[in-house]
Amino acid sequence: MVMMTAMTADEKMEYFMERIESGEKIQADDWMPEEYRQTLIKLISMHGISEIMGALPEKEWVPKAPSLYRKLGIMAKVQDEMGHGQLLLRVAEDLMKPYGKTRGDIMQDLFNEDLKFHNVFHMETKTWADAGLIGWLVDGAAIITQTNMLDASYGPYAKALQRICAEEVFHAQHGESIIMALAEGTEEQKAMVQDALNRWWPALLMFFGPPSKATTGASKQEATIKYRIRKNTNEELRQSFLDKYIPRILSLSLTIPDATLHFNQEKKHWVYQQPDWSEFKEIIKNNGPKSQARLNLRRSSYENNAWVREALSAIVE
Amino acid sequence: MSNVEKMMSTEEKKAVETLLFQLADDDFLFSYRGSEWLGLAPHIEEDVASSSITQDSMGHAAMYYKLLEDLGLGNADDLAHLRPAVERKNSVLTERINGDGYYMDTPQYDWAYTVVRSYFYTQAKRAKINSLKESSYKPLQEIAVKVSMELYYHVMHWKLWFKQLLSSTEEAKTKMMSAIELVVADMGDLFSYGEQKEPIERFDLIDSEEKIQNAWLEALRPTFEKLELDLPIIPEPKLNGRNGQHTDELQAAIDTLSEVYRIDTATNW
Repeated sequence: MVMMTAMTADEKMEYFMERIESGEKIQADDWMPEEYRQTLIKLISMHGISEIMGALPEKEWVPKAPSLYRKLGIMAKVQDEMGHGQLLLRVAEDLMKPYGKTRGDIMQDLFNEDLKFHNVFHMETKTWADAGLIGWLVDGAAIITQTNMLDASYGPYAKALQRICAEEVFHAQHGESIIMALAEGTEEQKAMVQDALNRWWPALLMFFGPPSKATTGASKQEATIKYRIRKNTNEELRQSFLDKYIPRILSLSLTIPDATLHFNQEKKHWVYQQPDWSEFKEIIKNNGPKSQARLNLRRSSYENNAWVREALSAIVE
Repeated sequence: MSNVEKMMSTEEKKAVETLLFQLADDDFLFSYRGSEWLGLAPHIEEDVASSSITQDSMGHAAMYYKLLEDLGLGNADDLAHLRPAVERKNSVLTERINGDGYYMDTPQYDWAYTVVRSYFYTQAKRAKINSLKESSYKPLQEIAVKVSMELYYHVMHWKLWFKQLLSSTEEAKTKMMSAIELVVADMGDLFSYGEQKEPIERFDLIDSEEKIQNAWLEALRPTFEKLELDLPIIPEPKLNGRNGQHTDELQAAIDTLSEVYRIDTATNW
């Protein structure tokens, strides 16, 4: 046991970096540099809140799911997303303890728009195919970014991600099954999937974030890589997604809405039409197609149920 | 077709079908209303917990619709999605909205109403399920055993909420008392078997309406005594859902829940 109290700030930092570079896991009560704690809080509370906000686009389709079987499947899926949110917010809450902050503060940060939710959940859903596509490709993209952090230096986050990734695999299968049924169905169903793919394609590329901070002026990539929270860059993750899903999309006789898309054999990477990064900048400022509507729904349900939370905290056992 | 079904008279078959439709439609609508709450419950933990109950209830409805399918009444998804309100046999209580607003906008759902409805409904469902374990219709006996295990937790969950919200702030108590009034006013048909009461009871498919209602009251009694509340007095039904009498809230729910299915009822979704 190393006596942290007897060490200088520089020594603490050096010891900390040695630990994470040798693959050791940092636990909630361990000493950690301020920048590390702040980076984790930002990352994990955003991840947690994105799960909670991410339940909203899909829940729009839960009551409308077109069979008893699909109703059961999508309900379980949305429930899992809320469960992931709960798991992650608990990890974030532990990290926030030294600041005396709680989940209530996370919610307030979301409402006053200091805390953002993932760009993909600002998009509109228009048909049942969107519900399938979210499960298949959005969760598919999430598996790639989350797998990239499975070995994160912060132990509690890595542990939460392990469970989340295992469930996301089921989600992707759930989504794929909806998409397969549509892609093998009537002309109308096929058109529904193609339309969903056309609308969601740019959002799927944006999912991984811009290639560098040149786009938005800020990026968490450097800090998260330095601290061994993640391994790969945004662009590397996007390339993995394209590697994995382009063949699958094409095998369903769907057309990817990008005539320039091709694989460069020499450089061994996909060349694709860049999404509109100025739109991305607007989305992450909560000016996306459904940003404000979803925030309002979350705010209004939180206010509407405030009396319940007050009642619970007033109970004297 | 099993031997049990072969032996049934037309009269008995009609009684079985009617009871199955009542059980299926009740759980289906109850689950539908639960699903509108997804993502909007008072806190995240509750969202996860009540979603399990909603899923279980949909699973129960699916089992009953499957029995109806086996009896030759059409496929389970058609039965769940396509029957118009006048053919539905759910109780009025299960079709009621959760509160003001459409789930796609920014609804102002009433958690007190949801707690009271869910507690009263699941406790009534438990009285029925206990009786169905002895049903003369074997397939229902088997379902009752499965449902019973899950139902134990459902009742426990809603009972806890009921007690907590009635033992807390004045605001919570006031909301709960109005919710009880609203829920009880719609309970007139919850224990009714409608026009098929006589054959349903005579063929021993389930205990009599009176017996189930009493079992329900006895189950509530300790909780009500502890909270110093008078046990509810069930009114005569204004509308009897068991006979296809419903509010407009049911048709609106059916329109939503079948919106995608109706695009093409012959295809695989």
